[in-house]
Amino acid sequence: MLITVENLTKAYGPQKAVNNISFEIKTGEVVGFLGPNGAGKSTTMKMISCYMTPTNGDVKLDQYSIHAEPEEIKKRIGYLPENNPLYTEMPILEYLRFTAEIQGMEKSRISERIHEMVELCGLDIEKHKKIGELSKGYRQRVGLAQAMIHDPEVLILDEPTTGLDPNQIIEIRKLIKKLGKEKTVLLSSHILSEVEATCDRILIINKGRIVADGTSSTLRQEAQGQELLTVQIEAENGEVKKELLKLASVATVEPVEDKESFFRVQSKPESSSRKSVFDLCVKKKWYLTEMTGIETRLEDVFRELTN
Amino acid sequence: MSKIWTICKREFASYFDSLIAYVMLIFFLGLSGYLTWLFGNNVFMIGQADLGVFFDFAAYWSLFLFIPAVTMQSLAEETKSGTIELLSTKAVSDWEIVVGKFSAALLLVIIGLLCTLPYYITVSFLGDVDHGGIIGGYFGLVFLSASYISIGIFASSLTSNQIVAFLLGLLIILFFHLIFMLLSFSFTGVVGGVFNFLSMKSHYDSISRGVFDSRDLIFFITIILLGLTMAQAMLSKRNWQA
Repeated sequence: MLITVENLTKAYGPQKAVNNISFEIKTGEVVGFLGPNGAGKSTTMKMISCYMTPTNGDVKLDQYSIHAEPEEIKKRIGYLPENNPLYTEMPILEYLRFTAEIQGMEKSRISERIHEMVELCGLDIEKHKKIGELSKGYRQRVGLAQAMIHDPEVLILDEPTTGLDPNQIIEIRKLIKKLGKEKTVLLSSHILSEVEATCDRILIINKGRIVADGTSSTLRQEAQGQELLTVQIEAENGEVKKELLKLASVATVEPVEDKESFFRVQSKPESSSRKSVFDLCVKKKWYLTEMTGIETRLEDVFRELTN
Repeated sequence: MSKIWTICKREFASYFDSLIAYVMLIFFLGLSGYLTWLFGNNVFMIGQADLGVFFDFAAYWSLFLFIPAVTMQSLAEETKSGTIELLSTKAVSDWEIVVGKFSAALLLVIIGLLCTLPYYITVSFLGDVDHGGIIGGYFGLVFLSASYISIGIFASSLTSNQIVAFLLGLLIILFFHLIFMLLSFSFTGVVGGVFNFLSMKSHYDSISRGVFDSRDLIFFITIILLGLTMAQAMLSKRNWQA
């Protein structure tokens, strides 16, 4: 299912939690929603899942609009809210049955589907407990199970892996990747490596606006711009910096703090200094003991865009 | 319709899971039983095979306390724990949520009332009872309860605090239960008539005498629909926040 978000705005008084954002998510795409706290991630997800109506703008799932056919949209969405609220006094199986019935599933398929979800989310050992007796990780699994029980075409997961241990995180990521092949998935997270590992595309949102949209590699490239190298050259000091700067491709040279004979070399746009630095060392008979390209990490991209 | 039933079933089961149902039924039966059989002008004092004291006094006042206590958590708790977000993003409308909760509470009250059938059986052994009057009385209690439940659910939609919801519900119900009646005594003419029409007691009395008047039914149904509609509006409020 194609999710189309058009000029979506949510204002609380004069403050705009989400400010005129537009994007599209295609079937089979797993999109990660990144942003600092209070950037508007959850608000956007709440509007897509028809919990809140936007002040302005529209969200469409294929032809269905949240304004005109919320029921049709809700049927097709599996939503895991931020703090994973659940009926704590209900036993897991009963709760899953309730969710399945309320989503309008056929009675004959419900039992089988509950069984599948218990299997898929690893709830087998705990399945007869009440939700209130579960640990946080298991509750999160119940949250995921209830979101997926009616086999929705769209999954909206607000921080799906909070509270899970590393093994579970890896399992859930695998699961999301698997689901993402046929379904449309939008998930939010604070953990950048997670988004990088699971998502085909990343949306970074800050102060209610989308500030970046692309795959993790394109985002890194865009942020990087110029090549950055760390080199260690053993020679008499002072001269090195001067000579490096004379190279045609080099833009700036900074000695690295606390590390003797280390330099950070930034190249001019669209040029590489690797070879010329090496050639220079050969010519001057310096020892080049290290040369590393610095890759911009997603963390840096994130910090740059949201600070 | 099936969605309403699903919500009703869950809500009803949660009354029993959380022990509210047991506490409330014991409280209701204890209080109404005490007032009917032991307190003051009880059945034995009257010396007639008549359950008037149950319908006019014991059940009338027990339900007044019982119902807001049953409905106080219906929406307040969902708002507080955030489960309302989960519920309203499922394929149900706010109206179905409200009506589902209403039916669950009504079911519990009806069970409470069914538990008082032994009173009827006991009294019918003691002498000739007015069967029509008693059936009318039970109908009256069901309509009265339904009206109060809908008010109670509205009160519960106003806050995320159950105690506040209880007190608010009790306060609003008190107007219909007593205050409008007292006011109707102190005014004459049209104003007095309006207050008399608003008083639950006047409508309840005529139904429990076995007189089915369309005006009484319209009154009860209006109160029920009004309470439920306002509760639904409060639920949908998240949508019209500017």
